[in-house]
Amino acid sequence: MSVGKPLPHDSAVLHVTGQARYIDDIPAPAHALHLAFGLSRIARGRIVSMNLDRVRAAPGVAMVLTAENLDRPADCSPSAHDEPLLSDGAVHYLGQQLFLVAADSHLAARKAARLADIEYAEEEPILTVEQALAANSRFEDGPRIWSKGDAEAAIANAPRKLRGRIEMGGQEHFYLEGMAAMAQPQEDGVTIHSSTQHPTEIQHKVADALGLPMSAVKVECRRMGGGFGGKESQGNALAVACAIVAHKTGRACRMRYDRDDDMTITGKRHDFRVDYEVGYDESGRVLGVDFTHYTRCGWSLDLSLPVADRAMLHADNAYLLDAVRITSHRLKTNHQSATAFRGFGGPQGVLGIERVMDEVAHELGLDPVEVRQRNYYRAASELNEAPQHHDDPAPALPTDGDTDLASRGAQTQLPAGEAAPEKGRNTTPYGMEVTDFILHEMTERLLETSDYKARRKAIAQWNAENPILKRGIAFSPVKFGISFTLTHLNQAGALVHVYQDGSIHLNHGGTEMGQGLFRKVAQVAASRFGVSPERVRITATDTHKVPNTSATAASSGSDLNGMAAKAACDTIRTRIAEFLAGLHQCSASEVRFADDQVHVGGESLSFEQAVKLAYEARVSLSATGFYKTPDLKWDRIKGQGRPFFYFAHGAAVTEVAIDTLTGENRILRTDILHDAGHSLNPGLDRGQIEGGYVQGAGWLTTEELVWDEKGALRTHAPSTYKIPACSDRPDLFHVDLWDAPNPAQTIYRSKAVGEPPFMLGISAFLALSHAASSCGPAYPNLDAPATAERVLAAVRRAKG
Amino acid sequence: MTEIAFLLNGETVRAGGAPTRSLLDYLREQRGLTGTKEGCNEGDCGACTVIVTDPEGGLRALNACILFLPQLQGRAVRTVEGLAEGGALHPVQQAMVEHHGSQCGFCTPGFVMAMAAAHAQGRTDHDDQLAGNLCRCTGYAPIIRAAEAAEGTALPAWIESDREKLATLTTAQVAGDAARSADAASGPAGGRAPYEPEAGRGSDATLTEAPGFIPESADELAAWYLDHPEATLIAGATDVGLWVTKGLRALPETAFLNRCEDLKRIETKDGRIRFGAGVTMTRVMETLAAPYPSYAEMVRRYGSVQVRNAATIGGSLANGSPIGDNAPALIALGATIHLRRGDDRRELPLEAFFIDYGKQDRQPGEFVEAVSLPETRESFRVYKISKRFDQDISAVCAAFDVSVENGVVTAIRTGFGGMAATPKRARAFEAALTGKPWNIESVETALPALADDFTPLTDMRASAQYRLESAQGLARRYFAEVSGQRTSVLEVRA
Repeated sequence: MSVGKPLPHDSAVLHVTGQARYIDDIPAPAHALHLAFGLSRIARGRIVSMNLDRVRAAPGVAMVLTAENLDRPADCSPSAHDEPLLSDGAVHYLGQQLFLVAADSHLAARKAARLADIEYAEEEPILTVEQALAANSRFEDGPRIWSKGDAEAAIANAPRKLRGRIEMGGQEHFYLEGMAAMAQPQEDGVTIHSSTQHPTEIQHKVADALGLPMSAVKVECRRMGGGFGGKESQGNALAVACAIVAHKTGRACRMRYDRDDDMTITGKRHDFRVDYEVGYDESGRVLGVDFTHYTRCGWSLDLSLPVADRAMLHADNAYLLDAVRITSHRLKTNHQSATAFRGFGGPQGVLGIERVMDEVAHELGLDPVEVRQRNYYRAASELNEAPQHHDDPAPALPTDGDTDLASRGAQTQLPAGEAAPEKGRNTTPYGMEVTDFILHEMTERLLETSDYKARRKAIAQWNAENPILKRGIAFSPVKFGISFTLTHLNQAGALVHVYQDGSIHLNHGGTEMGQGLFRKVAQVAASRFGVSPERVRITATDTHKVPNTSATAASSGSDLNGMAAKAACDTIRTRIAEFLAGLHQCSASEVRFADDQVHVGGESLSFEQAVKLAYEARVSLSATGFYKTPDLKWDRIKGQGRPFFYFAHGAAVTEVAIDTLTGENRILRTDILHDAGHSLNPGLDRGQIEGGYVQGAGWLTTEELVWDEKGALRTHAPSTYKIPACSDRPDLFHVDLWDAPNPAQTIYRSKAVGEPPFMLGISAFLALSHAASSCGPAYPNLDAPATAERVLAAVRRAKG
Repeated sequence: MTEIAFLLNGETVRAGGAPTRSLLDYLREQRGLTGTKEGCNEGDCGACTVIVTDPEGGLRALNACILFLPQLQGRAVRTVEGLAEGGALHPVQQAMVEHHGSQCGFCTPGFVMAMAAAHAQGRTDHDDQLAGNLCRCTGYAPIIRAAEAAEGTALPAWIESDREKLATLTTAQVAGDAARSADAASGPAGGRAPYEPEAGRGSDATLTEAPGFIPESADELAAWYLDHPEATLIAGATDVGLWVTKGLRALPETAFLNRCEDLKRIETKDGRIRFGAGVTMTRVMETLAAPYPSYAEMVRRYGSVQVRNAATIGGSLANGSPIGDNAPALIALGATIHLRRGDDRRELPLEAFFIDYGKQDRQPGEFVEAVSLPETRESFRVYKISKRFDQDISAVCAAFDVSVENGVVTAIRTGFGGMAATPKRARAFEAALTGKPWNIESVETALPALADDFTPLTDMRASAQYRLESAQGLARRYFAEVSGQRTSVLEVRA
């Protein structure tokens, strides 16, 4: 069976030979136009006049469009219809698209786009948390507040208290392939090639912009050169722009953002300020905690509500909190609209509570690992009740108009499910019983394999001997909830054809952005048919093959699409089995598919023979498959319910060194133990873990977004925005899989692995804090990203 | 530009058109060779890495996005499409497949090319060889496993055959036949079917740019530049490249210097090393590794392999950047800059060359011919502070050379970058330390003087306060290091 094998990425050979095609590699038809946006140069105000004569006169320019020239209003928002493709006169951030140029080359379009003469009535932009609070500039009416128990009383009555604040920056996705799209006009619609995690969203927005039914818009994506959440909604503008110009001119259109434009225009991870007030006891047990999240969402809503929700949903991380209140302010500021990024708010929530654990341990002089263990949820192995799974048929979906339904930013029109808190003693702040918690066992094993205790002691010794350089070590766990929190998105479809020669065509709604989803789902399909994986043809995601897909996001790709593909394969397999059973006078359940053969009634046929016979007997060899995640029930206003199907876990120990004269710092060694359930492909899962860790550590160390006082992003290229380079990965990097089956009924009992490892990078941040704390008695209060500058400031604070 | 000829994946090709057309655009738009990717278009991500072989047979990885076609005159280019031979993957390609070295795959062609260049040179310092290639998916670990697995495997045959063909690419061919429009005439490159250039994907810059001038010697350059003092001189194009790809500037007149062999000489005499202006930073790094290990380490960090292979010491100084790392180091070393205008030559202490932000002591028609520095100064150290260790521009660069006799500071030279509008010495700090006993108390006493020397700016790389604080930290580090203490965070191992 191919499931469980570390097969290479489906496109590995194409990747290494340069033959793998990305959007800009697809040859366009003759006379294709190339598009570029003209961007605002101010962060807030109104356009007084926009003279585009020089743009129109520039060499190679075929068309210039402003909002006024559009036949219909074109919107790019995945949620609130608040992102006009081109400004309606109001300017909300520096980099906003004001006009659109179509020219006969990419360069000509870029050059022309810089020639506009625009006069603005500039207004004072809202940039900081303080400014936004003062102006009450926010999404939703007020802060969202969820609570469990009486946090205020618990803190007041606790023997010890502390309060503090951590600032954490946002993060640029830096997918290596920038945003790109191409539109080819068809006789009755349009075909879009888009580098997108969400083809259905592109289809929806393009159909809306052109006034066409979704059925007239075909969106295709074979692969992305990285996504990380950045291509969940941010590709809409390019696809819509290409579609509009293609529709107007009858010419194919292509558009890609130059890297600087990409970083200037598109949204990034939300930055957060987390204020905390904690009551705890002498053992380090947290008795009550009150979190206040402030996040700058940028100028439009995009996916900020579910992102901020997920931050709240992970404010507990791995810890059983009896009394907790979480207040979340979603602030509207004049920046790029912050968007999805691997973890989707989860990392920010997790970092908040990890900071609390770290500071509590520091105040008590305890090893932070012990404090964490004392606060853990109760282990699954200690709970008597079996995990509860309810049958909850999906309610009907509303059908009106062009409402965004398939986006995580959708304003759900479903009646909120009555979601009463569960009664057990192991519940999350949002009332979900935790029945699958395995971090106790994982922590024990990781502490042992990483030799944590002895190394911590040795580091203290080393630090005593070295006045300039200091080392630090830290452990951090992650418990991450798996499912879209907008319940109806937890569905997927697949389309499988078996051809008469025994070859298999596989299609599903998930997109490939490097995570290996296509390979994993193909392994599932091959396993269902008992054939070698080479027989399964992997094909581009295509809205004309599988409709109404959800974004490939929330780590859900293999859980959802693997199950949908399994359903489709099983339908065909059952038809073949029933047909062969009839021939051999046996039961269909006795027909076995294995080793590229079909075994029936003591005979073995090759898979090809079996298929050929079935075809000749007029058995349908094509099927769709569908899956919806069971047992979900969630009320996001109350903050109550069961938003997640299950939790994925992981733990890391990181050792670092810092230079106390300059704050320069390095990761020396990392040990990870990660829970991917029964891995579908340990090779690919390991890749997600290593890559997620380094990306998470990058978020918290070298990756710093800097806007100036005018609201201009000053770090808009890799020359100024520094993602980890090769030598920034840990010198010693040990990764192990926990490899126990998922108690929830997932595909082959695997677990989602896309996002959870990202949060293991938090151990690097905590290790830097540990190193800084060796310089003096005070808590170093390190903020993120821990650049050399911030580490030096933390060293100064630690010295007191 | 004057039509040029070069080898592309083993085939001779000729190209004309705008001299500032990048190799990357040419490959993707003109040749349909889309394996070479555009990740940043500024030489920072390595997704466009190609291998270029020189007439002398040297082979190096370069970023195609900031490599102008005239720089390829008489050279051989290999792209990812030309790496595998006869259906067999190159060993680094095979290893990348086997070790899960690719995820999204977009950076992969660039990695594979950088790995193949390192493989051809027998390099096993993989972190450094791949410092110029960014990957956002893998965390690099599987790529390094692949690079290690490919160590010592057989070299592809094209390395030799490209060298042989280059030798036969005669001067006449290199000079080109202007009558022929070559792109259409030349055959497929890289195993693909002949490609029909896509209408209009090309550059529109042809109308505004004169043909690039490609001198064969410094004498030729000197004579031409007198008549064309407004021209942009391009050596490695690691900076000028961005004027074009990011600034979208047309360069009306250009000269490409990389065929001036006499500008590439390294000479040592009378106790001084003299680098011709066209010496690449790769060769500067190799030359300085023994006498000035901290300088070589600084060069290793400030530019990736691809950048060091293109960038020249002369270009680095001539552009006058306040954040370049060579200038502070060379100022502290008491380097001399050698200028030439026609047949007139003069020399200046390097610190006198930098007059103000964007302004150097260089006359119209005058160019940097060489820079010279002492052969050895054991007391010299240079340090750089940046957000990332590798391939990053300094927030602060600081160089020190303190002479101590009988426990007393007898002379001191410093050089600082990132602290002012030009790279310069910290004269007040130097004065505060001169004549004092060489101990930490003297250093601490002198440190506040750095605030008299510099009023640094706050920008995206660092705050003014941090710049000053870390500059002082580097002075403390210098003292600690020459006193034998452990100071390098890069040398700590778990």
